[in-house]
Amino acid sequence: MINYVWFGLLFIGILVSLFTGNVQVVTDAAIDNAKTAVELSLGLIGVMALWLGMMRVAEEAGLVKKLSRALRPALVKLFPDIPPEHPALGSIMMNIAANVFGLGDAATPFGLRAMKDLQTLNTTDDTATDSMCMFLALNTSSVTLVPASVIAYRVAAGSANAVEIIGPAIFATTISTTVAIIAAKLLSKSRKHRATKPDMVVTNSVKEGGN
Amino acid sequence: MFVSVMNNISLYAIPLILLGITTYGVVKKVKVYEAFTEGAKEGFTTAVRIIPFLTAMLVAIGVFRASGSMDYFAKLVAPLTNAIGMPSEVLPMAIMRPLSGGGASGIMNGLFTEYGPDSLVGRMASVMNGSTDTTFYVLAVYFGSVSIKKGRYALTAGLLADLAGLLAAVIITNMVFG
Repeated sequence: MINYVWFGLLFIGILVSLFTGNVQVVTDAAIDNAKTAVELSLGLIGVMALWLGMMRVAEEAGLVKKLSRALRPALVKLFPDIPPEHPALGSIMMNIAANVFGLGDAATPFGLRAMKDLQTLNTTDDTATDSMCMFLALNTSSVTLVPASVIAYRVAAGSANAVEIIGPAIFATTISTTVAIIAAKLLSKSRKHRATKPDMVVTNSVKEGGN
Repeated sequence: MFVSVMNNISLYAIPLILLGITTYGVVKKVKVYEAFTEGAKEGFTTAVRIIPFLTAMLVAIGVFRASGSMDYFAKLVAPLTNAIGMPSEVLPMAIMRPLSGGGASGIMNGLFTEYGPDSLVGRMASVMNGSTDTTFYVLAVYFGSVSIKKGRYALTAGLLADLAGLLAAVIITNMVFG
């Protein structure tokens, strides 16, 4: 599906620009965004190193394990395929916590680390597990309690009450997260997706923080 | 008042987290410096590994945006959105939201300038922007980082959630501020 979406964006964009004679903007957009992608990724190295370093300290101190134990009942329901002591639960929890509190910078390193941890449970190289799909559905539905950047933009635009949108936004994000969970659960049970489900690695004991 | 509380939270959150984790580490007799650098090593490889996926997504989205296709698409589906109570001005932002966070914020700021942040359009755009995330970007980068090519139903679930969040934002904004 991602192939069609990607091609569709390019195809429609270029076709429309040919019709409107706006061809130069396409060239500029393609070149500029290619550069931006690299700048973004390289700019991420420092932040990634900072948060992954901190996470390692928290892991070795047993802090991650402690926190994910507290959330285990919810995590086990959402991710039944992950063994209870697996480090993936810790990084998933850190990612969700960073999102909830609007620490977007920290959320990405934890999220990518969670994917890496989840991949260690995957017996295939290229097919997403149910846990990955659930994790991404949760992530894209945005579990943010305080949309800090939106509030900042509203303040900058001279809003009389910049934070009045928090309540409605929490309502909307609760709905979208609920739908994400239900959709991921239902889709994972459909015959089509059960047929493509990768086997999970069977683990008896998992070393804390190991990879 | 609330704004200043929020500002203080964002001001103190990071320093307190850094202090909390390292102090807890020292108390638990972790070699904090060595543990930190060991973990930080992963930062480089992960950031470099996502470059191809980020480039692919940003270029396609950038071309789509720059061509002005969004406006045509918005006109096309306007009758549908009017029926559910979404002003057509908000529609380009709703379409941009799953594609690009920066793009959606840009459109939202445009709406703020044109209609004001406290108009129904401005409020709806704010709620919408605050309640969903950039599905395509997250999927491309997260899956890309571990070389997953078959995403199975992740995109479908993500887009269903986006759609639900969008509808919820329209309905709640009309109820609260309409």
